[in-house]
Amino acid sequence: MTERKSRFITVSNLEIKRLYTPEDIKDLDYERDLGSPGEYPFTRGIYPTMYRGRLWTMRQFAGFGGPEETNRRFKYLLEHGQTGLSTAFDMPTLMGLDSDHPLADGEVGVEGVAVDTLRDFEILFDGIPLDKVSTSFTINPSAPVIYAMYIAIGDQQGVPRDQLRGTIQNDMLKEFIAQKEWVIPPRPSVDLIVDIFEFGIKETPKFNLISISGYHIREAGSTAIQELAFTIADGCAYVEAAMRRGIDIDKLGPQLSFFFNSHNSFFEEIAKFRAARRLWARLMRERYGAKNPESWKLRFHTQTAGCSLTEQQPLNNIIRVTIQALAAVLGGTQSLHTNSYDEALALPSEEAVRIALRTQQIIAYESGVADTIDPLAGSYFVEALTNEIERAALDYIKKIEEMGHGSILEGVLAGIENGFFQREIAQAAYEYQKQVESGEQIIVGVNKYVMPQDEKAKVNILRVDPEVQRRQIERLKRVRAERDNRAVKRALERLEEAARSRENTMPYILEAVKAYASVGEIMEVLKKVHGTYREPAMV
Amino acid sequence: MGVRVGELPSPCRGGAGGEVLMDRPIKVLLAKAGLDGHDRGVKVIARALRDAGMEVIYTGLHNTPEQVVKAALQEDVDVIGVSILSGAHLTIFRKITELMKQYGMDDVVLLGGGIIPDEDKPILEQMGVKGLFGPGTSLQRIIEFIREEVQRRRRN
Repeated sequence: MTERKSRFITVSNLEIKRLYTPEDIKDLDYERDLGSPGEYPFTRGIYPTMYRGRLWTMRQFAGFGGPEETNRRFKYLLEHGQTGLSTAFDMPTLMGLDSDHPLADGEVGVEGVAVDTLRDFEILFDGIPLDKVSTSFTINPSAPVIYAMYIAIGDQQGVPRDQLRGTIQNDMLKEFIAQKEWVIPPRPSVDLIVDIFEFGIKETPKFNLISISGYHIREAGSTAIQELAFTIADGCAYVEAAMRRGIDIDKLGPQLSFFFNSHNSFFEEIAKFRAARRLWARLMRERYGAKNPESWKLRFHTQTAGCSLTEQQPLNNIIRVTIQALAAVLGGTQSLHTNSYDEALALPSEEAVRIALRTQQIIAYESGVADTIDPLAGSYFVEALTNEIERAALDYIKKIEEMGHGSILEGVLAGIENGFFQREIAQAAYEYQKQVESGEQIIVGVNKYVMPQDEKAKVNILRVDPEVQRRQIERLKRVRAERDNRAVKRALERLEEAARSRENTMPYILEAVKAYASVGEIMEVLKKVHGTYREPAMV
Repeated sequence: MGVRVGELPSPCRGGAGGEVLMDRPIKVLLAKAGLDGHDRGVKVIARALRDAGMEVIYTGLHNTPEQVVKAALQEDVDVIGVSILSGAHLTIFRKITELMKQYGMDDVVLLGGGIIPDEDKPILEQMGVKGLFGPGTSLQRIIEFIREEVQRRRRN
């Protein structure tokens, strides 16, 4: 019998068979491999009621211009039914630079919100009660500063620290691997992350202290299996780093969270999410000896794949996002961001982000997929694929462990240094692009059903006013003039001392933040102590 | 600075499609400028250009406009390709084109890629950017564009 193509592959070049039968899952044991939702190994979901008890959090990533613009966009999204906030920072803030730094020119408020001092955070959260809304912060090298600012706002609002909810991304390993935001080198970066762990399990027990991320690894061009393997490996690395500092894994476990991509190959993504839960549960219990069942549960946020969106015929992206969001829901995500259709052109416009939010709401309230838990369980295809992806991810994790002579932390650090991850990702990205060029991977509107004059011209895109940069610099000047500069100087000196003597830096960063020290001033101290990282150029 | 991608092919090498034989391979500097860390596209292009017989130098991340132009001068390239997905393209290309004018580099082809809104393209072209290759551009198109532009300049 002839078929349309010689190979049927996912976007990750994983080959899919014509048919899956009981033979493909004959060794599947329900208790051992699946379990009920809320029961080890959590393949079917981490809670007994999942979406019947509570829907996933609808959490749209937002941020642009200055804190006043983003505060408005936060309120717009909450008004329209979003259930959690997620903050996008601009490149200077992400890289630990102030708005007046020479390298910040042209970048202030352009890719996210500009934050220089606590004053900006006060504006950002004006009218937003921290005891009622949880907020996620996509911030990495300067995560300690932003985390401190959030705590400071909570203190200002009189919210007890043990009531603060949200997430700080705080995942530097994936930065060196994929997203490429950094200030200080890998080892001291991991130390800072463990500072946040140590501080956070005591001070903010309801706050996720890290979002161990695969999203960016996937966006950089990895396959689904690499995304899963490298993310879980990073998770293990952080667990080992924490344990080296004497942190109780059963205290930390419940405050670890994850972040995955949801790409086009619908079933591959669902299988990936299920495999992720089973992999993590087994590693935490069997490899690291965690006893607290809460430590075995992989809780994750998902974002639909930005790299799958097209500039051509942008409205088509609404359909892509819907399919990807559906995969995340059928995969049991705890929290979801759906991309806007104009994101290959600019940051989301109000209309586009509203449609993206409505996509989640329609899935939640109209489609019925959330009415039963893990509906695809038992499918010969989905269970076989879950097993296959888990096995392949484990192969990678073993290889990383070997690179680290038994330590996954050392393996990940070695892999970053010798370019292992970067090479794997670049190779996958190149192969995918070759497949697009040859037509083996089809992108509607790009290499099939192309329209020479398409609708792109009709999309009203968001533009950030260059005025924002001037305004931020003005505000920073004013804050510097009005604050107690002796207190700032003292706080920064104490931070430097603490950093040099390997003390936990968080209390000192919090003190500096409350004195209105800037992101750049604080990161400068850490740079002084630990040096600046520069990635060797490789292709 | 930067990494050299690929070997120098022999001088008699012809290109695919039987076009004019080059007396020396096309030399391209691919650069990331500003704080933008998105390097997936630029790395894919680096490999594709190398596979097409060009000599490619990739600067790595976080370069200033000065660093980009200095590297291009030092390496005596035919083409500079700058990738920017951060939205800072107007600022960065303005600085790069000013520096290129300062150093008399009007025989060097300046190209751009990344996320650049349509309405900014004419502004960049006015500054001196010769081609802009956004999301969905085929590698073949970029290769052909570079070959045509460089051949034209070498003929003159």
